[in-house]
Amino acid sequence: MAYGAMMVVSPSSYEEAAAALREASASGKRVRFRGGGTKLDWGNPVPDPEVEISTSRLDRIIDHNAGDLTAVVQAGVPLRRLQDALAERGQMLALDPPPGADDAATVGGILAAGDSGPLRHSYGGPRDLVLGMTVALSDGTIARSGGRVIKNVAGYDLAKLFTGSLGTLGMILEVAVRLHPLPRRTATAIGECDGDPGPVARVASELAHLPLEAERLDAAALSAGRVQAQFAGAAADERAVEAAEVMRRAGLAATVEDGEGMWAAVRSAQRPAGSLVLRVSGLQRQLEAQLGVAGGSSIVARAASGLAWIAVSEGSVEAVESIRRELSPSPSVVLDAPREVREKVSVWGEVTRPAVSLMRNVKSRFDPAGACNPGVFVGGI
Amino acid sequence: MPDLTSELRRICGDDRVVTHPQALRTYESDGLLQYRAVPRIAVLPDDAEEVRRIVTACRDAGVPWVARGAGSGLSGGALPVEEGVLIVLTRLRRILEVDLLDQRVVVEPGVTNLAVSHAVAPTHFFPPDPSSQIVCSIGGNVAENSGGAHCFKYGFTTNYVTGLQLVLADGEVVDVGGKELDVPGYDLVGAFVGSEGTLGVATRITLRVVPRPEATRTLVAFFDHTSEAGQAVSDIVGAGLVPGALEIMDRLSIEAAEGAVHAGYPNDAGAALIVELDGARAECDAAFGDVVSICERNGAAGVRIAEDEAERELIWRARKAAFAAMGRLSPNYYVQDGVIPRTRLPEVLERIDALSREHRLRVANVFHAGDGNLHPLVCYDAAVPGEPERAEELAGLIVAACVEAGGSITGEHGVGVDKKRYMPQMFGEGDLEAFQRLRCAFDPAGLANPGKVMPTPRLCGEVPGPYRQHPLEAAGVAERF
Repeated sequence: MAYGAMMVVSPSSYEEAAAALREASASGKRVRFRGGGTKLDWGNPVPDPEVEISTSRLDRIIDHNAGDLTAVVQAGVPLRRLQDALAERGQMLALDPPPGADDAATVGGILAAGDSGPLRHSYGGPRDLVLGMTVALSDGTIARSGGRVIKNVAGYDLAKLFTGSLGTLGMILEVAVRLHPLPRRTATAIGECDGDPGPVARVASELAHLPLEAERLDAAALSAGRVQAQFAGAAADERAVEAAEVMRRAGLAATVEDGEGMWAAVRSAQRPAGSLVLRVSGLQRQLEAQLGVAGGSSIVARAASGLAWIAVSEGSVEAVESIRRELSPSPSVVLDAPREVREKVSVWGEVTRPAVSLMRNVKSRFDPAGACNPGVFVGGI
Repeated sequence: MPDLTSELRRICGDDRVVTHPQALRTYESDGLLQYRAVPRIAVLPDDAEEVRRIVTACRDAGVPWVARGAGSGLSGGALPVEEGVLIVLTRLRRILEVDLLDQRVVVEPGVTNLAVSHAVAPTHFFPPDPSSQIVCSIGGNVAENSGGAHCFKYGFTTNYVTGLQLVLADGEVVDVGGKELDVPGYDLVGAFVGSEGTLGVATRITLRVVPRPEATRTLVAFFDHTSEAGQAVSDIVGAGLVPGALEIMDRLSIEAAEGAVHAGYPNDAGAALIVELDGARAECDAAFGDVVSICERNGAAGVRIAEDEAERELIWRARKAAFAAMGRLSPNYYVQDGVIPRTRLPEVLERIDALSREHRLRVANVFHAGDGNLHPLVCYDAAVPGEPERAEELAGLIVAACVEAGGSITGEHGVGVDKKRYMPQMFGEGDLEAFQRLRCAFDPAGLANPGKVMPTPRLCGEVPGPYRQHPLEAAGVAERF
């Protein structure tokens, strides 16, 4: 892998960003887009790009329509800053992925990486919260799709295509997002159980099937096995007490508390420093297997969704392969990993050929020059 | 097309290939009757494999095709292509798997929306609930990204589709997504849902279902003016409440609906606001009192609370009948589907009022107030010279008013043929070109539902310039990734 000098551009307008991308692409350069720089090495390992276009100066909150529960923000706005601004009007963007060092993760970066946190349980992932998106393509086109209203089916939903595309289709410049009211009152039921993950998995699954409408519902194997369910609303406490009762009946030690510390803990356990992290796209029925996976130093499972983040403190190719075998056939992606592991392991796992071939067609239509973050994605896209 | 006809007969047998002009007229329109086109051939496959063979035969013959579900769409999205084949998917109505443990259901596209909820009852349900849910098919819901009355809280079809088996226009079968979420790769499920049949046809659909709410509380409040009802909605949302449904009907639509279904709405009411809270019982009970007092504070002349399922049913009956009941007031009507930021509701309604007077045509308003999705019904009489033209112009101006207010030309009915001429109001040439790139990635020959969505016909060129392979890909190692 070659490491050459990298040119860094920080445009302050969409036109400048599009022009920088067009020029780099026309001269055959490889381009990477950078937000807060917290997930730069996700995806296949590739040589450093020749040009990096940063969103550091595209960092304005353009509009917060509190009455309509929508906001329009530039890609470079750090999520933390956006949340603080929205909170002044009692609202939030229901996205809470790990915030990265210094809370640097930006809205654009989180969307490009498709990252999510515990709020995923009730609000969906980033794909479900984006109403519209403005992107720059490698030929310099600036394209808008979607809209600024919470309901809209005009045109193709390109925002979903770009969400999770790791910058391989173009540069995200601006997004319109759906907001939600910040809950005035929350309460968290926490159930703990050492050893066998069975009881924790069963309780989490039971809670996922009850009409309790939890705000967040995670099962985790950290220092001990635990299940935690947060409730929001006027009757948050009552519902948390009900959930704690379910936990106790299954033999867990249960408490009801504010729980913010525990939610911060599971968020950081999605990316423990220095660990290798595998994100598993599984199913609820697999919860016990996920929590009991051999070699996992910390495991966070978004219980109802089947998603799990499995961290391994001594990351190795063998560890990844063994976890994949254990949880087969669930797909999984290596997120964080030491470079030497990343270079040997299959980052994206197996993806079926017809789907990859269709993805290649998409890539070649949106980025025919192959300028945008080449090589990092599924199938070497 | 004798060769294609006989090939289709080989695939499906004679009785499922329709070529007689009279019989084909059954399919000349979907739910939007203003547009009619008789296809050359209609074919009714029995399973996904037959769909694949039909699409492949069309590819070989270079003949365009349109996939059709129940035909209840309201934008002409399933309008046949006259020189083409209509693939009718109503026989693909098997529920392939009900996996309650993982909260997934796998169905064929012809299964009705309501059948999905029935399949997972009583513990679960499928939230998207278009008014046509008794008849409309899941395949159509996927194509249109259908909404319904409960989107404000629950979202749209796209939020509930996790996997698709697609037949692309070149005959390839591609599985995208799965039962799992965040499957590695581009979100092709997200790109396909709402693509109105232009990217291919879904032959197997995996849906997410959720626990049925423990409690549902419904009320209807009557106001003198829609503006008061609108303000009540703003106050409800402003209080941080997220009702399952927030629906407003205006004076004219109440009159029409009441005449048809006798739901007991007062005939002198200027507006009716239906609020439905659902969820955990304790939460519903706590919030319901707040909703009642917000309605009263905004001048509600009366608040009717459903005490049981029958009373709830009665409240909804008027709302669900509103479109059909319009026929009592007017021989013809246009339904629009514009969306506005909800806070702009009063001014947009005033604008619609003014336009209605200028054009001397009545406009009834029924809308999903939570998400700002208006359904203005422009009443006209096709038998009166000049009225259809005036109605069409008025409908167009209403759409323009929605876009000007920062909204959209369509919230749930889709663009189809009916609204494609409005697309340039929302999207510039660069935006439309970007849409076309997606279309070309899926269907470069343009055989799947041509003439829909895009305002002007476009072709797909070859991919411009050489696609620069990543070195790993060129070396043949990339397949491992």
